[in-house]
Amino acid sequence: MSEITLQIDGREVAARKGMTVLEAAKKAGISIPTLCHHEKLEPYGGCRLCTVEVEERGRTKMVAACLYPVEKDLVVKTRTEKVDRIRKMILELLLAHAPDAFELQDLALEYGADRDRFEKESSFCLHCGLCVRYCAEVKKKNAIGFINCGTRREISFIPEIASKECWNCKECFPLCPTEALQAAFVLTKALVFPSPLSELKG
Amino acid sequence: MARINSAAELEELRKDIVSKRDAAKPCVAICAGIACLGPGNDRVISAFEEEIRKQSLEARVEIRATGCHGFCEKGPIAIIYPGEICYLQVTPEDVPEIVSQTIVGKKVIDRLVYTDPDTGEKAARQSEIPFYRNQMRLLTGNSTRINPKSIEDYLAIGGYAALAKALFEMKPDQVIEEIKKANLRGRGGGGFPAGSKWQTARNAPGEEKYVIVNAHEGEPGAFMDRALFTGNPHLVLEGLIIGAYAIGSHRGFIYTRHDTPQLRENIAIALAQAEEYGLLGENILGSGFNFNVEVHLDVGIFVSGESSALMRSIEGKAPEPRPKYIRTSVSGIWDRPSNLNNVETWANVPQIISKGSGWYGSIGTDRSKGTKLISLSGNICNTGVVEVPMGTPLREIIYGFGGGIPNGKKLKAVHFGGPMGGSIPESLIDSPLDFDVLAELGTSLGAGDMLVMDEDTCMVEMARYFLDFLSGESCGKCVPCREGIRQMLKILTNITKGKGKEGDIQLLEEIAGVAGEAALCSLGRSIAKPLYSVLKYFRDEFEAHIKEKRCPALSCQELAASGGAKEK
Ligand SMILES: Cc1cc2nc3c(=O)[nH]c(=O)nc-3n(C[C@H](O)[C@H](O)[C@H](O)COP(=O)(O)O)c2cc1C
Ligand code: SF4
Ligand code: FES
Repeated sequence: MSEITLQIDGREVAARKGMTVLEAAKKAGISIPTLCHHEKLEPYGGCRLCTVEVEERGRTKMVAACLYPVEKDLVVKTRTEKVDRIRKMILELLLAHAPDAFELQDLALEYGADRDRFEKESSFCLHCGLCVRYCAEVKKKNAIGFINCGTRREISFIPEIASKECWNCKECFPLCPTEALQAAFVLTKALVFPSPLSELKG
Repeated sequence: MARINSAAELEELRKDIVSKRDAAKPCVAICAGIACLGPGNDRVISAFEEEIRKQSLEARVEIRATGCHGFCEKGPIAIIYPGEICYLQVTPEDVPEIVSQTIVGKKVIDRLVYTDPDTGEKAARQSEIPFYRNQMRLLTGNSTRINPKSIEDYLAIGGYAALAKALFEMKPDQVIEEIKKANLRGRGGGGFPAGSKWQTARNAPGEEKYVIVNAHEGEPGAFMDRALFTGNPHLVLEGLIIGAYAIGSHRGFIYTRHDTPQLRENIAIALAQAEEYGLLGENILGSGFNFNVEVHLDVGIFVSGESSALMRSIEGKAPEPRPKYIRTSVSGIWDRPSNLNNVETWANVPQIISKGSGWYGSIGTDRSKGTKLISLSGNICNTGVVEVPMGTPLREIIYGFGGGIPNGKKLKAVHFGGPMGGSIPESLIDSPLDFDVLAELGTSLGAGDMLVMDEDTCMVEMARYFLDFLSGESCGKCVPCREGIRQMLKILTNITKGKGKEGDIQLLEEIAGVAGEAALCSLGRSIAKPLYSVLKYFRDEFEAHIKEKRCPALSCQELAASGGAKEK
């Protein structure tokens, strides 16, 4: 695979073609915050916390580092005023749901995010999709998925599958950025109160 | 039906169909269009069938159930040929009289013809009615001449001749060149040049390539695509086959919704008929070119119309926009080059090939060519679909075709592009219909849905309405869009309820800015557009709600307590 060089935060960085900006940065020891990224899983692009500014042929744009492919002579800036403003807002929007989530605390401090900016709506789920994707991509069980769309989107275990697979696995629990609360809670709910539809099928 | 094996055979068939038809034979063309808001079309059609049977005229009179005639406000519409006598708001009770008086007796029934609401002047022929008179109906003009379920009707007016020309007289690159020279821009909302997209797909590596018709039409207030596609499915199909030939694709998809039964039926019939005639399938018209089309149905939410979400839906996955930074024309369905165009974009292709890019380029403005279908809705006298050349002043569309604002109210604003568009105030309606001019004004031509608003409309509520729509019609995958919509909707709802706070506008702008830059797909990146346009042109209305707890349009109910809203 061919080596290329690009510039990240003013430094020349070597990368292989096919890598993402996030991977290239990591290799060079430059850290970019992520929430929905996981090395074992396909890039997802859901949290947008990894947003960085890239300049290509004189034009700048905001892109998700976990997905954007490296290119020769690409100029990447991981901390600009715009980037910080975006990350601060994303954190504030998420803190309204999970004010005590462990992973959000240090980030909130770093970006000056106010945990009380928006009215609390504690559904805890950050919609990072780690549990859903881990179950589908690594375990290949699809015991948990997203249901509904837009602002009503949420995770939901599929009781028929979950009742067979989940008790001996639970590998997704520690992936949850809201300290496994969400996945465990939703799983229990699904199994204790299965939907009428699954009762019919069952 | 025999297969057609050459361009010459196609022309012979056309002549044969025309020669067997008697132009003097009376024909009633009734709109069976789904866009038609006037209900009861099917009852009117049955009434005609019954009356004609009763009067034993079956052999002498033809009944043609056609697509939408555009003048939906006055539907159901029946046009009687020869003579082109146009009757509006026809009821089943009118039918016996129409048959005896007009079809048999050749007399016009005054009561049923168009009467100008201002002058009282009558217009009996369709082409004399002001609504139709100044339109340029290049795509929709044949809708009254075609039974969409009959390929022979389409062949009779020269259908598929453009395909024959492309296949036998032009190389694929020449077809693309012609579309480029015509500067045909996408009608689905983006206005992206179709020719360059075709070129990208053609040049993209890979044997297997796809062409797709986007007939999702999820924008509220947009109904021209289904009117056009239901009324003349072969026109869109012919454009698609020409595009497939130019791009080098042998497999096409039509993406539309479950909830359009009439459109689905007409598409299915059109595909079957085209195949029987050898216009689809193997060795089309004897040219050696092969192409097949599949229909993909999905109810889908608004975001399903976005190109990468639509393509994932065709792959059988959830309609979520794909996060990858690669164009679908290079890597789309199953990671193969996939060229997606809107219904109306495809429908423009046959005429460009037949009449040439020079002719096409003479219609419209500098950078927006051809005609555009506009669906008119809101506070407008004539709800319906009109087709006008690009460059037509908005004023003419609203007053000339739309018939102005009902109930003596004043025009306040016009909104284009639904939840990803914007509103412009009455003072700007002398602007031309043009992709770039509208974009500069802070709106977007969108799919051509034009929502007209009178003085009683609250612009804050308008911005709130579109966010409310998006809260259920976006996918919810990424944070800036999902959470941005949630918070902006809360703030706007509070403002309309008199609970607005100092700083709300700044906060809205801040959230909107982040969504606009960091969201994953164009939906999220555009959620703030309606809001921005309202802040640009109607900021004082926002401030009145927040600072004075007053709704200047007297529309927000909850502000009534403080004397700010009228009784309803
Ligand atoms: C959220 C969203 C919804 C869309 N819905 C539609 C639609 O219903 N119909 C359509 O033709 N294009 C729609 N588009 C635009 C398509 O993504 C695509 O650009 C278009 O179909 C390309 O065709 P055109 O270039 O001929 O316009 C939508 C785009 C977005 C972002
Ligand atoms: S911007 Fe909105 S519609 Fe698009 S991917 Fe993100 S959540 Fe889904
Ligand atoms: S880590 Fe890139 S979008 Fe979440």
